[in-house]
Amino acid sequence: MSFEAVIGLEVHAQLLTKSKIFCGCSTQFGSSPNSQTCPVCLGMPGVLPVLNKKVVEYAIMLGLATNCTINRNSYFARKNYFYPDLPKGYQISQYELPICSDGYIMIKTKEGEKRIGITRIHMEEDAGKLIHEGAHSLVDLNRTGTPLLEIVSEPDMRTPEEAVSYLKELRQILLYLGICDGNMEEGSFRCDANVSVRRKGDTKFGTKTELKNINSFRFIQKALEYEIERQIDIIESGGKIIQETRLFDSSKGITISMRSKEEAHDYRYFPEPDLMPIFVDEVHIKKIKESLPELPYEKRQRFKDQYNIPEYDIEILTNERDISDFFEKCVSLYNNPKTLSNFFMTEIMKELNERKCGILETKLTPGNVVEIFKLLDEDKINYNGAKTILPKIIETGKSPSVLIEEMGLVQISDTSALESIVMDVLRNNKKELKEYLSGKDKLFAFFVGQVMKRTSGKANPKILQDLLKEKLSKISIDEVDNL
Amino acid sequence: MDIKKLTLEEIRNLIESRVIKVRDVTEFYLKRAKELQEKTNAFITLDEENILNQVENLEKELERGFKGKLTGVPIAIKDNICTKNIRTTCASKILYNFIPPYDATVVERLKKEGAIIFGKTNMDEFAMGSSNETSYFGPVKNPWDWDRIPGGSSGGSAVAISAIQAPASLGSDTGGSIRQPASLCGVIGMKPTYGRVSRYGLIAFGSSLDQIGPFARTTKDCALVLEVISGYDPKDSTSINRENPEYSKGLSKDIRGLKIGVPKEYFIDGVEEDIVVNIQKAIDTFKNLGAEIYEISLPHTKYGIAVYYLIATAEASSNLARYDGVKYGYRAQNVKDLKQMYIKTKKEGFGEEVKRRIMLGTFSLASGYYDAYYKKASKVRTLIKQDFMSAFEKVDVILCPTSPTTAFKIGEKSNDPIQMYLSDIFTINVNLAGVPAMSIPCGFDRKGLPIGMQIMGNYFEEQKILNTSYAYESAVGGFKFSPFQEE
Repeated sequence: MSFEAVIGLEVHAQLLTKSKIFCGCSTQFGSSPNSQTCPVCLGMPGVLPVLNKKVVEYAIMLGLATNCTINRNSYFARKNYFYPDLPKGYQISQYELPICSDGYIMIKTKEGEKRIGITRIHMEEDAGKLIHEGAHSLVDLNRTGTPLLEIVSEPDMRTPEEAVSYLKELRQILLYLGICDGNMEEGSFRCDANVSVRRKGDTKFGTKTELKNINSFRFIQKALEYEIERQIDIIESGGKIIQETRLFDSSKGITISMRSKEEAHDYRYFPEPDLMPIFVDEVHIKKIKESLPELPYEKRQRFKDQYNIPEYDIEILTNERDISDFFEKCVSLYNNPKTLSNFFMTEIMKELNERKCGILETKLTPGNVVEIFKLLDEDKINYNGAKTILPKIIETGKSPSVLIEEMGLVQISDTSALESIVMDVLRNNKKELKEYLSGKDKLFAFFVGQVMKRTSGKANPKILQDLLKEKLSKISIDEVDNL
Repeated sequence: MDIKKLTLEEIRNLIESRVIKVRDVTEFYLKRAKELQEKTNAFITLDEENILNQVENLEKELERGFKGKLTGVPIAIKDNICTKNIRTTCASKILYNFIPPYDATVVERLKKEGAIIFGKTNMDEFAMGSSNETSYFGPVKNPWDWDRIPGGSSGGSAVAISAIQAPASLGSDTGGSIRQPASLCGVIGMKPTYGRVSRYGLIAFGSSLDQIGPFARTTKDCALVLEVISGYDPKDSTSINRENPEYSKGLSKDIRGLKIGVPKEYFIDGVEEDIVVNIQKAIDTFKNLGAEIYEISLPHTKYGIAVYYLIATAEASSNLARYDGVKYGYRAQNVKDLKQMYIKTKKEGFGEEVKRRIMLGTFSLASGYYDAYYKKASKVRTLIKQDFMSAFEKVDVILCPTSPTTAFKIGEKSNDPIQMYLSDIFTINVNLAGVPAMSIPCGFDRKGLPIGMQIMGNYFEEQKILNTSYAYESAVGGFKFSPFQEE
């Protein structure tokens, strides 16, 4: 009997606003505990929330980017529950009428593109953090009131891979919009998953479980794989799935029951009386729409049409907006997308990965990258030289032509200079030379290698090859000893 | 000079023209407040040092030429309105030690106009009550008869006026908490339009109903305090951004042609006979002043109490969640874990009435009941609002009794919540609709207890209400607001 999983995801994305959603406190991560608080986010008696308009704007941006309906009227609601990291005893969220609803995004799957529905996107405030120290728990309310968007998907995913693909696409959209930093470790992009299984062909959903707060793509994949298997095992052995919330234990790779449906909170939602309903007019939406950047999906399509480079390259280049912008600036200065893309794939991305930094954090500029290619074209350096200077440019920002002088990488294209080195190499390797002349053609590369060694890789490979071929063709085996 | 008799405007003018000192006025009221505290229990906190510091600072400011609308006027503040560095308890054990690091917007505004932030007045715990008997700091007593309640929840603020412990005060009104005690103590009390006065710093009970307003002796005093505390506040999203008139300057006694509506639903069985008679007399007075009287109908009046006790308690159940012992206020000791800390803190920190309302409100919002209670109540609330809107298409103001009874005896209704809730029957709908209303003195019953008359107006028509009151006040030759007035 074969099963299929049904997966829906709830993502919480922290917004990159300077101040919190309902007060003027900073949203910066990592400050000393409770230093970024005020009476409003501390939930002191008598204080009132005032909505940060930027949050509404960001919500609309994401709504438009995910093909949602932007609801002209929406309102905030209180979600009531007790926990020490929730100073008011309720979270201001949206419930009955969220700001965005009924959208979708396209994701890549093994079978091709797939449309994943977005049920709703709503605005809410984040809670604080508890730090447990022995018998005590300490409360840090710096994060309290950080604006969040909760993005709820339809149960449209059928495999852990699809779920990960959806999350990657959504994260990329958030990064492109510049409204979330997507940092999963720091919790600015968090995910809960609802998952159930059913026999293939069934139209009814099975009983679902909810997996809480999984903080990496790899863990999401693992948690879902484990949970799907667990549910299938239960059903196959005649058991029943219990609706519950489960936590993923990443060290053991398993999910553990946290609370059952019976223990679930009754959040007693009701409209937040301290805030007015939110009204967004057409003009405002239109303005935001016009200011939207090109989205990942659109950019990939355009790269395909415009640059004719491999799909894999497009994937990597468009992964981050900074990279794709950088790449396009390079192309505008040096119209050879294929060559540039190769260099990005093999060299630049490697350097960035090693340094674990973004391209804008380095001293690399499109001008410098293009200059490398001009030097290559003018035979001033060879590819080896290009590889050698790249890390130096990244670190120092010096121009490639200065660096090749400083590092002595200027290519030897002078035939007479190379000629004497070639002759020297041949004289010093008579055994190999005889073997070559007796038909062991493979040794040609050996001679190239020797010359390169002598010139510290600076010999112009093309000239060297021609020269070597010419010399070798003129030597007969009897002459070898008298060279 | 008899400081006791000075109106707010007189106090200000005499101080600014240096005839009297800020100290003279404040010390007079401090002395009275202290002398009568044992009898009235009107104050929870009377921070003499803080008050005298304010006096000193204001004296210095005056030397630099300070001028304000309330220069040197001591104003008592209900203890659910936050005052920076002055304890603010909400008359609850759970906030018995809470000292706010901020001023409510109304307090800031009073200070800016030179007022002295006087004592913090007693009240029903978290403004939940109609008799001032639910205070953690003990009941407040009515100066007209010490065995009687002053009304609630702003009992202390009303009594401070009628016992002449302060020349003016602020209260808050969620279902009648300004107007009902004003009525029972024989003073003026006004609840402005919802959104007229900032709620920032007012410790919330029912957020969609709460509104701060003044208590005063005269219409003009009331108008002056109102214009100072009113106005848009960016810190309160429900405050309304529109012109804030100078009510005290706009006062007029000429009410010829004013259309006064008298709702038949407010003259029902259970309203004390003396009250009906006195209101009738007042109506005659208005007729003589040239007003036109119309009988009107507010058909959904009878649902008010039910709607109110679903909505106000629902909001309260959420508003009071933050008192959990974690951050400030009372925390229960000797607990094993978090859950026990929550339960014990709330059990020990809140009084009976507050707990009753938290439970009612929690129930009204619970899943499975929300539609039948909270949601339905919200719909009926809209009908009540529409009652007022259509009434104000025909009349300018509406007249009725403020309370169905005069002050009752301490303990008389404290074990009968329903009877207690019914004392707000005439004031509650005004909050549900959000319109402004005022209670003004309207004679005395046969026991010598004050009777209050309520004047309701359309949204943002406080001036019309004040003018109606001003005309009446002049016609009756001024109000008798205190048994100690002629001493």
